[in-house]
Amino acid sequence: MKVSLKWLRDYVDIKLTPEELAERLTMAGLEVKGIQTMGGTWDNVVIGEVIALNPHPNADRLKLATVDLGTEQVSTVCGAPNIGLGQRVTFARIGARLIDPHTGEAIVLEPAEIRGVASEGMVCSEKELGISDSHEGILVLSPEAPIGTPLGAYLGDVIFDLDVTPNRPDCLSVIGIAREIAALTDEPLRLFPIHYEELEDSIDSFAAVDIADSDLCPRYCASLITGIKLASSPGWLQQRLNSCGMRPINNVVDVTNYVMLEYGQPLHAFDYHKLKGRQIIVRRAGSGETITTLDGSERALTPDILVIADKEEAVAIAGIMGGLDSEVTDKTDAILLESANFNQATIRRDCSHLQVQSEASIRFDKGLNSKLPLIPLKRATQLLLELAGGRAAKGIIDVYPRKSKPKPILLSAQEVKRLSGLKVNIDEILKVLKALGFECQEDDSGSQLSVSVPYWRSDVKCSADLVEEIVRIIGYEKIPITRLGSPLPQQKSKLSPSAQQSNLKEKLRNILAGFGFQEILTYSLVSLEKLQKLSPKLELKISPLKVANPMTREQEYLRTSLRAGLLSTLAHNQKFEQEGIRLFEIGKVFLPQHPPVIASEAKQSQEERELPQEKEMLCAMLSGPRTELSWQADNEPLDFFDAKGVVENLLNQLGLKASFNIGDDEILFPGRGADIIVEDDKVGIVGDVHPMVAQAFELSNAVCFMEVDVEKLLTMITGTKKYQPLSRFPSVTRDIALVIDEQVSYQTVENIIRSFPLVKHVTLFDLYRGEQIPKGKKSFAIRIVYQSPKHTLTDEEVDQTQEQMLSRLHQELGATLRD
Amino acid sequence: MLEQLKDLHAQALDELNKVNNPRELELWRIRHLGKKSSLTKVLRSLATLPLEERRKGGAKANEIKKALESSLEEKEKLLQEALFTSPLESQRLDITLPGRPLPTGRLHPTNQALNEICDVFKNMGFQVIEGPDVEWDYYNFEALNIPQHHPARDMFATLWIDAGLGGKARLLRTHTSPMQIRLMERERPPIRAIVPGRAYRYEATDATHESMFYQVEGLAVDKGITLADLKGTLFDFCRCLFGEERKVRFRCDYFPFVEPGVEVAIGCSACDGAGCRLCSYSGWLEILGAGMVHPDVLARVDIDPELYSGFAFGLGVERIPMLRYGIDDIRLFYSNDLRFLRQF
Repeated sequence: MKVSLKWLRDYVDIKLTPEELAERLTMAGLEVKGIQTMGGTWDNVVIGEVIALNPHPNADRLKLATVDLGTEQVSTVCGAPNIGLGQRVTFARIGARLIDPHTGEAIVLEPAEIRGVASEGMVCSEKELGISDSHEGILVLSPEAPIGTPLGAYLGDVIFDLDVTPNRPDCLSVIGIAREIAALTDEPLRLFPIHYEELEDSIDSFAAVDIADSDLCPRYCASLITGIKLASSPGWLQQRLNSCGMRPINNVVDVTNYVMLEYGQPLHAFDYHKLKGRQIIVRRAGSGETITTLDGSERALTPDILVIADKEEAVAIAGIMGGLDSEVTDKTDAILLESANFNQATIRRDCSHLQVQSEASIRFDKGLNSKLPLIPLKRATQLLLELAGGRAAKGIIDVYPRKSKPKPILLSAQEVKRLSGLKVNIDEILKVLKALGFECQEDDSGSQLSVSVPYWRSDVKCSADLVEEIVRIIGYEKIPITRLGSPLPQQKSKLSPSAQQSNLKEKLRNILAGFGFQEILTYSLVSLEKLQKLSPKLELKISPLKVANPMTREQEYLRTSLRAGLLSTLAHNQKFEQEGIRLFEIGKVFLPQHPPVIASEAKQSQEERELPQEKEMLCAMLSGPRTELSWQADNEPLDFFDAKGVVENLLNQLGLKASFNIGDDEILFPGRGADIIVEDDKVGIVGDVHPMVAQAFELSNAVCFMEVDVEKLLTMITGTKKYQPLSRFPSVTRDIALVIDEQVSYQTVENIIRSFPLVKHVTLFDLYRGEQIPKGKKSFAIRIVYQSPKHTLTDEEVDQTQEQMLSRLHQELGATLRD
Repeated sequence: MLEQLKDLHAQALDELNKVNNPRELELWRIRHLGKKSSLTKVLRSLATLPLEERRKGGAKANEIKKALESSLEEKEKLLQEALFTSPLESQRLDITLPGRPLPTGRLHPTNQALNEICDVFKNMGFQVIEGPDVEWDYYNFEALNIPQHHPARDMFATLWIDAGLGGKARLLRTHTSPMQIRLMERERPPIRAIVPGRAYRYEATDATHESMFYQVEGLAVDKGITLADLKGTLFDFCRCLFGEERKVRFRCDYFPFVEPGVEVAIGCSACDGAGCRLCSYSGWLEILGAGMVHPDVLARVDIDPELYSGFAFGLGVERIPMLRYGIDDIRLFYSNDLRFLRQF
């Protein structure tokens, strides 16, 4: 809402500077987003009258104008098509600060000769003065503009741009804002009496109003004026509309807009003679009914839309926009003026249904009080009689089927203290509330107030609302600063699994960052296409949840894994990055179905199960050279064993030991992927990304990948670790080299070695294939550390164990010692 | 005989002076202190001498032996020191060669900020909990005093999972505030918790708007909690995060689920309050919304609003690194360009 300081001053004395006032309003909840000073730069601009107009001797399109500035007469060259004799115009003298209409930049007016004729200044357009963007012609002031007066004194103003919160429709009006200022600055609010002459004939003899759907229209008031004359509004009115960002149209429409801005009550003028049956019916639209609105569009109506109709058809969409047929035109000589109250939710629904908004609807859809319409209607009637002539029919139509009687709210100084921490006595409370228009009655003890809420403040419903009123007017800066003194809740809450989960996530993040992985966070919403591309066959294993109103195709489905986000991020970054890339994300995936309930742990409510399962996952990807290009490093590409090493080390840090089975997840390259097994349960997968998937994501390098179910991991690490005593006895280290068939996996070899109780550590330190051993065989070089917790091992003991070990390896796997 | 010993000593010391490395020193030791050394020969020959001479010669010989041994020790020490103080040319390093690279990992700037925020509140006794991203209309709106067709719905452009189901519709939560309700449904006062998490809006993205962003919700409910406590808590928070000097503004604002309502802003970091593009020429940067939990919200979860009171706040996480590092485009956060992420 834009509001003019000059207009506000009609209702309240303002002694603060515009900046101070903006600060007070902002602190009290009415945020001032901007202050625009009009006329601050108009030092050398004065009002003048065009007293002579002659053709320019050297140019057809230019004119020579003589402007009377009161004390002197000046001549100037003017090219504006709309300049006319007798006009009151703005004249900028040499040295005036103006806006260059072509560049938009500030300039200082210099002496100029235009086509051989000297100009002593210039007649200005709105754009040159910085009032608006209009530059089609010069600004023509109203005939009463005082000649010789500096323009700043006449048109200068300060415009506040206010961000009015949805609970305060009363502040979508000049009086509402003035009331706030009055309360904040301890000044009285001035309202003017409304009075006008009426005809003998009662309005009832001219028109009738019937509310068919009173649930949607609690009140409908109307006045009637005959013999009006449509014309332009006087300058002062146009100026005020302009200052609030509304365009003047004609005196009738301008008055309805003016009073709406003044009081916050939307009004509408119908051409009385176009109302068939001289009748207004407020009803729901019929099915198939249409209306052409003032903006020229024909709109199809449905039965849930509230309309204002005459005897035959809809003449307006209630509270939103008038119809073209009943519009006021220059042929209009009688009008019916509407000031009504409509159901807030109805207006909101109708607006979203019809995809339309208006100055009226943005007020109605916040909820206006049904007591509001009467005074603004009288005010508008009075103004119309003054500005458009005519006579008002006697009385007002006031159909008011639903009167609301609000209950008073009880409030004590103690309650103010309890909620705000601010100690306020009852007199201060009374002062603030009265300034805002609340009526207060003290009870006998003098400690409790019974507060009646003024009709324009339907947002105030309970004592907490009153506390806010008191504190914001006294000033939030006066609230003391204290610290929470209440006891801490018990630290181990019922929600602790969630707390544990966030701890685990933090730990995983730190471990992976320590391993050299960059954390990323990708959108929860992805495209269907990307989800499909995660499978070489473009199949969806889980059908993802869809957003009903997506912003874009790219963000239409809730991710069922983190895979697409990581692959896309990798693809994006490969364009810029020559070095190896290690990425990870820990985040939620959204599975439409929960796992089946196990009866014993059926803690979930039905309501929870109808929401998707949100599961925390960890996903990491590696691609490119293992190390940065360096003077001493291998530049091999990252591979499966890097990814596997990450998994092993990560789990090791959590005190878990993983084993690996051949994996068949469809994102994995067959033969190059594994399931990660912890405590006989699959917790994730690791491996090379299927080349077809990598290709689908336009990845140029091979990609290794790991994925872990964080929630499953959580269930496994809750077990407590047990301390192992340190052996006091020395260990014995032996290295062996085994030659074995290519098909035998390393794991089977290690398992046999580890089955001997004296074996403490097993390390594979070389894998050899080549000329020195038979074809189809490979050689493992393995270091074995033997140790006993009970005694010092003898060479014989170790020899014996190793012999048994080698014989088992030979019998079961066909392994022989390498020569 | 004593003369001979003196000469031996002098010669040995003379030779020791010329020793330059441990190998020569060892040779010297063998020559002068070894089993076949002249000194040993002298000592051995003593046996043939008369008692008086034997005693004198023996004493002198042993004296010289001890002296030579201590000279040896000294020389050893000197050689050792020389070895470490002036290493061989071949061992000298070009210390300007780059070190071996290690892959460097970092946390996402949002998570870095989240950690910082959560740490401050954890120290004040707030517990960290999380909640679902996909919510019911009830938790996201209705239970927070925003029924169907409430004008405040304009403040929360929503991405819906279910269209047109009213209160039974699922949606992507537009703020972390639904967790206020879930928490109060499960817990009884005293409650003191923060909820970090993602929130979503149906919003065209630009430099200052994202369709997905992170928030931290805070909630404290008990007897006797006041707006002054909220002010103290949030001022402490701002001081911890932005330093002692930064100005903080605590003003009235409107959110349907709190009353009185609050907005907290900090002095603009770019212009120091003078007004600039970053702060829309206001000198202030809004960082969070807050207020006292609305009595209707408390009543809805069966907490007696006449007995208990509480405060809640919701803070935008990305705002903090944006202010701190001068990041002028929020879209950088979730486009995950490594050239951006590696700066933090």
